[in-house]
Amino acid sequence: MILWRWIRAFLLFWVDYIFGDDWTVAAVIGVALLATWGLVQADVPAWWLLPLAVLGATVRSLHAAVMRERR
Amino acid sequence: MSTSVLVSTFLATTIEVIEMVAIVVAVGVTRSWRVALLGAAAGLVLLAVVIGVLGTALQGVPLKPVRLVVGALLLAFGSQWLRKGILLVSRDGWATGIGEESVDDDVPPGFDWTGFVLSFKGVSLEGLEVAVIVVAFGAASDAIGSAAIGAAASVIIVGALGLASYRLVARIPRRALQLFVGALLTTFGTFWAGEGLSVDWPGGDLALVWLGAFYVAAALLLVSAVSAWRRGIAPRHEIERPSPAGAGR
Repeated sequence: MILWRWIRAFLLFWVDYIFGDDWTVAAVIGVALLATWGLVQADVPAWWLLPLAVLGATVRSLHAAVMRERR
Repeated sequence: MSTSVLVSTFLATTIEVIEMVAIVVAVGVTRSWRVALLGAAAGLVLLAVVIGVLGTALQGVPLKPVRLVVGALLLAFGSQWLRKGILLVSRDGWATGIGEESVDDDVPPGFDWTGFVLSFKGVSLEGLEVAVIVVAFGAASDAIGSAAIGAAASVIIVGALGLASYRLVARIPRRALQLFVGALLTTFGTFWAGEGLSVDWPGGDLALVWLGAFYVAAALLLVSAVSAWRRGIAPRHEIERPSPAGAGR
């Protein structure tokens, strides 16, 4: 029982660590990492993709958070 | 003693040590020095075990997958902090949390595992890179001792500078610090994840500088943008808020 509680707490910690209060940002980062890998494999410059993806996801998430404050 | 190996190792490891110290200081000033130092100590213990077990075979350790995993995790967490920092600064202003005033809503009352993991990952990844550099430079010239002294000098000097900068960093208001630490973690996360995927960064390691400038500039613009969005929705709040004097009834 204690072991199960520890495993559950451990998993919940990582879920919160990665996804936080907006899972869409982590999802965009995951997709951007995959796309970056694809570009590197295709020998296309990929350095611009991650920063732009993070910025785009952050702007969208901030806008959604401000809109939620309205409710 | 090979002076050339000592100096080359010192210079090559300094950038890794700066990254390591920056993360530990960032966790220390924004969350807690206790967890920052415990995380760093745990990272060093893991590192000592890895070095003890692998020895010169460290050269064969594939660093790219480690960089990718650590970078991706740091990117996910750093971007959350950056987002939260922007929201809070736009709401409370830059000067909130001066001195000992606590503004951290996220630090739990018990042991802060998040701060511990951040510090642990930074020290173990960067320490591993330092160890690989020492083995590579030292083994190539048959001067492991000189390489180790060069790396140790780098750790001592940069570590001392990090400790000395603590008081300076602690003077920055906590809200502003949260935002800048968010930008710092996002910068390292982006860089390491990209390195893990073999991204060819313009400027090599200097990409850390322009990535940091990019995220800080974006954060400053977004603080203004979020304030404007809030002002944009304010009239509706005003309409919905009942008049204190019951006017209009």
